[in-house]
Amino acid sequence: MFDIQSLEKYKPIDNKMYQVMDNDGNVMLKDWKTALSDDQIVKAYKDLLFERTVDNMAVSYQRQGRMFTYPPNLGQEAIHIAAGQVIKEEDWLAPAFRELGVWLAKGVSLWEIFLYFKGNEDGSKFLKANRMLPVSVPIASQLVHAAGLGFAMKYNKEEAAVFGFVGDGGTSEGDFHEALNFAAVWDAPVVFVVQNNQFAISVPLKMQTRSINLAVKGLAYDVSSILVDGNDFFAMHDVLSFAREYVLKENRPFLIEAKTFRRGAHTTSDDPTRYRTKEEEEAWEAKDPALRLQKYLVNKGLWDPKDEAELVAQYKKQIDTEFEKAESYQEYKLDDVFGFMYETMPDELKRQKNMYENFLNMDSRFHGNDGKMDSRFHGNDGRMDTHSQGDNGISGGAK
Amino acid sequence: MKVMNIVQAINDALDIKLKEDRSIIVYGEDVGVEGGVFRVTEDLQLKHGAGRIFDSPLAESGIVGTALGMAIAGLKPVVEMQFDGFVYPAMNQIISHVGRFRNRTRGKFTVPMVIRIPYGGGINALEHHSESPEAYFGHTPGLKVVIPSTPYDAKGLLIAAIEDPDPVIYLEPKRIYRAIKQEVPEEKYSIPIGKAKVLSSGEHITVVAYGAMIREVQKAMVKAKEQGISVELIDLRSIFPVDRDTIRQSVQKTGRILIVTEAAQSYGPAAEIISIVNEEAFLSLEAPPTRLTGFDTVIPLPLGEKHYMLSPERIFSEIKKVVSY
Repeated sequence: MFDIQSLEKYKPIDNKMYQVMDNDGNVMLKDWKTALSDDQIVKAYKDLLFERTVDNMAVSYQRQGRMFTYPPNLGQEAIHIAAGQVIKEEDWLAPAFRELGVWLAKGVSLWEIFLYFKGNEDGSKFLKANRMLPVSVPIASQLVHAAGLGFAMKYNKEEAAVFGFVGDGGTSEGDFHEALNFAAVWDAPVVFVVQNNQFAISVPLKMQTRSINLAVKGLAYDVSSILVDGNDFFAMHDVLSFAREYVLKENRPFLIEAKTFRRGAHTTSDDPTRYRTKEEEEAWEAKDPALRLQKYLVNKGLWDPKDEAELVAQYKKQIDTEFEKAESYQEYKLDDVFGFMYETMPDELKRQKNMYENFLNMDSRFHGNDGKMDSRFHGNDGRMDTHSQGDNGISGGAK
Repeated sequence: MKVMNIVQAINDALDIKLKEDRSIIVYGEDVGVEGGVFRVTEDLQLKHGAGRIFDSPLAESGIVGTALGMAIAGLKPVVEMQFDGFVYPAMNQIISHVGRFRNRTRGKFTVPMVIRIPYGGGINALEHHSESPEAYFGHTPGLKVVIPSTPYDAKGLLIAAIEDPDPVIYLEPKRIYRAIKQEVPEEKYSIPIGKAKVLSSGEHITVVAYGAMIREVQKAMVKAKEQGISVELIDLRSIFPVDRDTIRQSVQKTGRILIVTEAAQSYGPAAEIISIVNEEAFLSLEAPPTRLTGFDTVIPLPLGEKHYMLSPERIFSEIKKVVSY
């Protein structure tokens, strides 16, 4: 249990971290009880396995050239699964880009995530997810949106919390500080979650700040803050549940630093061996969130690791189906480039679109059906080959 | 009808919309109790309450970013950047999010909001208080950018901006905030965004300007008239979308065009309008399309500003050059 008194016990200024389980899945706290049923805990573990399987598959799709850049979640899943269980449908989620399990819990379809990382904005429509913002790439910029959403919930007298996610590097951005300050001044119900995974791409935390931890950054803004073991599902669940209740009851923001480790690369374009040691990676592997929750369940007789391989195989099939759905998604149309910039397309955009369409329709002999120029008319450098242009009557239409 | 200056006209537009629509929220630095450093929001807090018109922390990125969050949740924020030179900390929010949220989410989340910015020089101010940043916004996809030059337009364009389903940057020519008085209807009306206005019809040359430069061009026109030069003056009013039709029709008639902007020259609005003339009315041209703009320098502090700001004399001299080409 985590309550208002716990805030006194785990003060960020004393660098105390809230932790429930040790690395072997044993509960370390005296008189600790969870509000979760055994079924809910088993489900949490299954969800964690699912997130991890998606991640493995996504990295391999990317390696096969079937998807572009992807940011793996490996090692940080306990935060996501706990948040996914706590965040309610009426709550807002302002993600950064490494919170896969939370997105899925919020109702995002896996094929949409794949579609987005395959390079189509349609993947950010989140057809079945309510109140979830799209991925935010400019670091920490989403947190001020969260503060604004918090204001709006209060203004509209809605009983809904806002969850804003950011990484450790993001705490150096001005928007992180502006967001905490605005939310505090406006008494807005926002839970800020910092996933401190130790590295901002290659830059270690010690190059990022002189603060003893990141939770301490909330104190100056009079934002209650807590440092939590982000690899401990129960610790995360306790704190997130408390935080949601706290922001709604007290009408105050709350800051959580979830201490974790990104076991994978920053994205599929990154090579962590350039900036991380093997010892460091092994030390964190021992604290892996899946391992710890699995050990807890095994100790309680709620889980048999023998069943896992079959479950994962089943997940893989399910994930493949979702990926195929993304792969067979409708072709990216020209209308999709122009059609969503404004509610009504300004004449200037219509003109530019028309000019391009005229080019495409100019002479069908030079085009395949896909709207791309027929490669026979190009040199290797992508320029038109003037010798063959139009002189041999080739119909490039059907191919 | 009521006689108003631009400050009063903007205040009136805000007052009308605040009365009509509870989702409208007005905030920024000093806009609450003080009513803004230019008094544009004067008495609005008294009339509509501190829950809707208030002073926010002094952080422009935060002001614009929180406004975006509110807009997603269905509120309609009208925020103020206190001065042109103070908007730069908010550029990341404006460029990376405000102009993109509709497209990024394929229309699921839209962010209708108005960012009001007093802009331009000629007021003997400190550095960062006299800038003309309209090109940055006009160059940013997903935004609309408007600039009124009269009290009538100020009210009508602001109402249109607030009612627009997309984000609008509303630049206020602070130099003429109180310089022009005009009869303005007391009721609500709006002026379509994207439509220029022909202020005077003429035969020999088209002059395109906007904001505080309109008045300077009008002074130059007095002299031009004395010399028998008939100028067609177009108030652009909208930087984006820009009104191609009005520019084309005018240049087809006059064959000559001068664009006058206070903003620095390179890659600025004048260059854009000259491109439009080349595309739309090339064969009508009798002289090279010409621009008279601010220098590609920092706008000088007050003692040097006279060299930078475009005087009626310079504008007249340029009009003469183009006409006698």
